[in-house]
Amino acid sequence: MTEKPISRRTLITGAAVAASGALLTSLPSEAQQATTPAIPATPPGAAQAVPVDPTKAPGAPTTPVGTRSPFVSPARSPVGEITGASLTPLQAFSGTITPADLHFTRNHAGTPTIDPATHTLLIHGLVDRPLELTLADLKRFPATTHTYFVECAGNGRSAYRTPKPEMTPQQVDGMISNSEWTGVPLATLFREAGVKSSAEWFLAEGGDACLMARSVPVRKAREDALVVYAQNGEPLRPEQGFPIRLLLPGWEGNVNVKWLRRIKLATEPFMTRWETSKYSDPLPGGKVRWMSFEMDAKSLITSPAYPERLSGPGWWPVTGLAWSGRGRITRVDVSTDGGKHWVDAELLTPTTTKAMVRFQHMWHWDGGESLLMSRATDDNGYVQPAMAQLRAVRGPGTDYHFNPIRAWRVAADGTVTFEANT
Amino acid sequence: MRSRFVATTLVATLATAVSCRLDARDDYLGDKDPKQFALGHAAAPAQMAALDVDVSPNGAGLPSGSGTAASGAAIYAGSCASCHGDNGEGKPPYPQLIGGPKGDVDFSTDAKIPRTIGNYWPYATTLFDYIRRAMPLTAPGSLSADQTYAVTAYLLSREGVIPDTTRLDARSLAAIQMPARHRFVDDDRTGSRGGKNVR
Repeated sequence: MTEKPISRRTLITGAAVAASGALLTSLPSEAQQATTPAIPATPPGAAQAVPVDPTKAPGAPTTPVGTRSPFVSPARSPVGEITGASLTPLQAFSGTITPADLHFTRNHAGTPTIDPATHTLLIHGLVDRPLELTLADLKRFPATTHTYFVECAGNGRSAYRTPKPEMTPQQVDGMISNSEWTGVPLATLFREAGVKSSAEWFLAEGGDACLMARSVPVRKAREDALVVYAQNGEPLRPEQGFPIRLLLPGWEGNVNVKWLRRIKLATEPFMTRWETSKYSDPLPGGKVRWMSFEMDAKSLITSPAYPERLSGPGWWPVTGLAWSGRGRITRVDVSTDGGKHWVDAELLTPTTTKAMVRFQHMWHWDGGESLLMSRATDDNGYVQPAMAQLRAVRGPGTDYHFNPIRAWRVAADGTVTFEANT
Repeated sequence: MRSRFVATTLVATLATAVSCRLDARDDYLGDKDPKQFALGHAAAPAQMAALDVDVSPNGAGLPSGSGTAASGAAIYAGSCASCHGDNGEGKPPYPQLIGGPKGDVDFSTDAKIPRTIGNYWPYATTLFDYIRRAMPLTAPGSLSADQTYAVTAYLLSREGVIPDTTRLDARSLAAIQMPARHRFVDDDRTGSRGGKNVR
């Protein structure tokens, strides 16, 4: 399917260029692209001829589905995981929206293939009217659209446990993505089913091969929970839960149950594996915090970052992303001297609740060794902590909801590396 | 004058009533949506029962059937050991199930301290629920209720939670007090103790 249009386009382009007598060059190699992610895929159009002057011959014809420029090749990594994660290349993006095909994934039994014509959502348990809803039914309810991030509870763990200087933003904190979601408020569906006042919790269950199941307090439905069927304007991608998923703004990724097939109202939590022995946080004194849903405020500089190399002294934008699972980001401070001095960075995008914001600080690099840091503050007054502060409160063995200040070291030769010890 | 006023009011009232009925809106509490849209259809009891696989800590949802550690050992060897190891020691990325330190353990001091069934699982019912949902990874849902009780009994006995002679069924499984139950505390990052505080 994909072979034919590409070869035809190449032929047409090649013939047209040949006819016009223009010279051809090949695409730049990966090594020549300074800001390419560390683990790139081979550009799909790498074999395609590039005219020296694209104004001297007609370009390519229209196609049913667009492709990225052959000069850019952002990719999730690692791939091939059934029970693991594939991280978003945060360094490849501008703005705040994550392209749907690059949204991070963390699956516990692979990505199921589900026919939307037969998939249903069952709402039962402590309800007056047990309901079965198809995707077509869900689309007849009044829709709502919001931008929210989804972040894995374990985002940032590997950069803590096994840090190395040669880590990209993707490898450091790539288990987060930010999308525009469209769907139905869960409160609307609960009213439709007549949820009884005795219901305090509900089980959300997915239709994947582990029947992913999490208990959620009913109060989240009264606040902002959604059942969504669209992401960035198109149907959900299979990896994000096609045809429907639960979207609990600001809460750890795992509880945003994908491939949602069943909701059961109850008085108590069900105590599934994922909310007891899995996504729980050991605390000093032998205790373990459970049902720790909210993601704490966090930020990450995405440029300059490894593997970039600054070509010389002068003005450089220090830019990155900030978010909070408890509300709105109110400010982001940037330091270029390892935290001795902080400056209030510019917020480039609207600051809405539980969504990413992009920050920018114009930095005049004098060519000396520098340590770049960012620090987010949310509308609760919560300030993203330093690593030492977080370790002191939670103990070194706890690494879910891990949100320490991140740092990048800029060497005098312009190379940038991840600095784990902040 | 008066009769005309009454007539006008009557017409206006009727018009309002008709328009209300036409768009079927129940504008209660300022919400413009109706209470119900009458979408979807009533779930059939048989269909609900077929999907209703969850198990609660009080034992609700556990099926009939039973199993012992002796029969569970054979099932474990055949269906579980290839990922979790012959003795439940785990084969990364597949987790260790058996053999974590018991007693007064502070897991926050070191992420390498094994979190196993006997020291980190607060409810025994969770074990049955998880195995039934998700295990074995390559053939989830392939174990019968008896086999699931048996594997659960084997794992719990290997962790010293129950004697290896115990026959597990819905009643005996729900009655088990797990050693880790006391560890678990609610999230204190919000409210008066949380908010702006790092916790």
